[in-house]
Amino acid sequence: MEKPLTQHIKPGQSLDLKGYEKVGGYQSLKKALKEMTPLEVQTAVKEANLKGRGGAGFSTGVKWSFVPRGKDAPRPKYLVANGDEMEPGTFKDRVLMEGNPHQLIEGMIVSAYAVEADHAFVFLRWAYKTSARRLEEAIAEAYQAGYAGKNILGTGYSLELHVHTSAGRYIAGEETALLTALEGRRAYPRSKPPFPQVSGLFGQPSVVNNVETLCNVPPIISNGAAWFKTLSLTDEGGTKIYGASGRVKRPGYWELPLGTPLREIVEERAGGMAEGYQLRALLPGGASTDFILEENLDFPFDFTHTAKAGSRLGTGTFIALDHDTCPVGFVHNLERFFARESCGWCTPCREGLPWVEKILRALESGDGRPEDIDLLLAHVKHLDMGRTFCPLAPGAMEPLRSGLHYFREDFERHVKEKRCPWKRGK
Amino acid sequence: MLTEEERNAILKAAERYPKKIAASVEALKIVQAARGWVPDAEIKEIAQVLDLDPSQVDGVATFYSAIFRRPVGRHVIMLCDGISCWVMRYEDIADRLRTVLGIGFGETAPDNRFTLLPVSCLGLCEQAPAMIIDSDVHGNLTVEKIDGILKKYE
Repeated sequence: MEKPLTQHIKPGQSLDLKGYEKVGGYQSLKKALKEMTPLEVQTAVKEANLKGRGGAGFSTGVKWSFVPRGKDAPRPKYLVANGDEMEPGTFKDRVLMEGNPHQLIEGMIVSAYAVEADHAFVFLRWAYKTSARRLEEAIAEAYQAGYAGKNILGTGYSLELHVHTSAGRYIAGEETALLTALEGRRAYPRSKPPFPQVSGLFGQPSVVNNVETLCNVPPIISNGAAWFKTLSLTDEGGTKIYGASGRVKRPGYWELPLGTPLREIVEERAGGMAEGYQLRALLPGGASTDFILEENLDFPFDFTHTAKAGSRLGTGTFIALDHDTCPVGFVHNLERFFARESCGWCTPCREGLPWVEKILRALESGDGRPEDIDLLLAHVKHLDMGRTFCPLAPGAMEPLRSGLHYFREDFERHVKEKRCPWKRGK
Repeated sequence: MLTEEERNAILKAAERYPKKIAASVEALKIVQAARGWVPDAEIKEIAQVLDLDPSQVDGVATFYSAIFRRPVGRHVIMLCDGISCWVMRYEDIADRLRTVLGIGFGETAPDNRFTLLPVSCLGLCEQAPAMIIDSDVHGNLTVEKIDGILKKYE
């Protein structure tokens, strides 16, 4: 099984420039910059059908194609690697940045070349201090080797590369809020259009790609789009870093063909549930995805099939809900997170999420009223897509909506028994 | 008062961006690195260095959760309360921390040794429950491990 993203990653270690070059590192950069035009790089990535690994699953090549090109295009143009990984339950980009920072940097340079960008940033979450250190070191090495900076390898292409370490807040991972954050302001999202490709960072054409997405670019350029398509079990192309947390036997991450059956990942990779625990449901791709019940795990874990199963692939790192854990408490924890992380810009999100959190807290502590369940359902409707400024609140509603649907009896028991039947907390 | 080194570090950070304002987050972090938090006087000085209004800098400082606008202890404990850590019973760890330190979340111990804070998902989900003390990651926490970990921080 091929693992283009993690084959060189060893736990606790980081590949330096020499180590990375020894295993073929920066060959795709040489190929792209010396033998291909930017448009050819873009076409290769589009043909590979690489879909954004941050959760939205939009075609990377198509995303790039909206950037104005040629000598009349506004300058400078920017490329930003989104390393703000803050989706609860998600830790895949950290693994990539800590273990093989050069593959991300090479991916950024090749991708920047594809959109003719002049300047690239890694937008990194503050908590990833090891990633920050290793990326800074790797960027310095890349400059020294002539892979970054002015006139890269004598090709005439120049790119400045920097790490921007953020200072918290989930909303900063949303691509337009990320750009506002990178400009040194409060991380409020922006309305689209204009899309960042046209007017992004400092009003200039900009592309924001997830870390895992960018790490896929060097192998695509080296091995070709056709090769990339053969990696997946379904027609979506490539591998995916899947992950597991919660009461599974072996929490961790695994690079597997995209479209690996979800049940296989749960049972064979994560080793099933820990001794004494039974799986009830899981959130497949982070906090802002719909629950999937244990009996419904038999599908290829890719973008299309997860949508058909009523949820989203999201970040591909699932969180297990076991039978000994209260589903209402589980949802309460998620909504507390979303309420705390709302940026406060639009009213439904700023006001609605704290209400949702309060109702769930009341249910958990035995103060729930019969009408609370309908009140929660009303919020699911009012905070849905199209009613808020950005996807934060609609994302927050995904586990609430599916939780109310699948675990309705448990919500009602909290009201009827005036307590949490799982007796969690104090 | 900003030291000369801090002033230079802020100006150097600003060189990475086409506009000085973009260095505001970095400037706050430079100030916080030496003091543990960001006092009012330094907000004003950052504003001067970056040609901003102090309210702009404070607006940024109060938005981002990793910037502290109140004094903290010598060590800051940030216990993850994300979903994976919740499933793995971070609340037991929280209870132990509160008991040992004699303070609640958002508080600093009277001897100024520790500040205890909750933090949104740290991306350490496969090692849940987890916390960060200063810059150190502590994963796979158990109640029994807590006292030993805290001993390392004086």
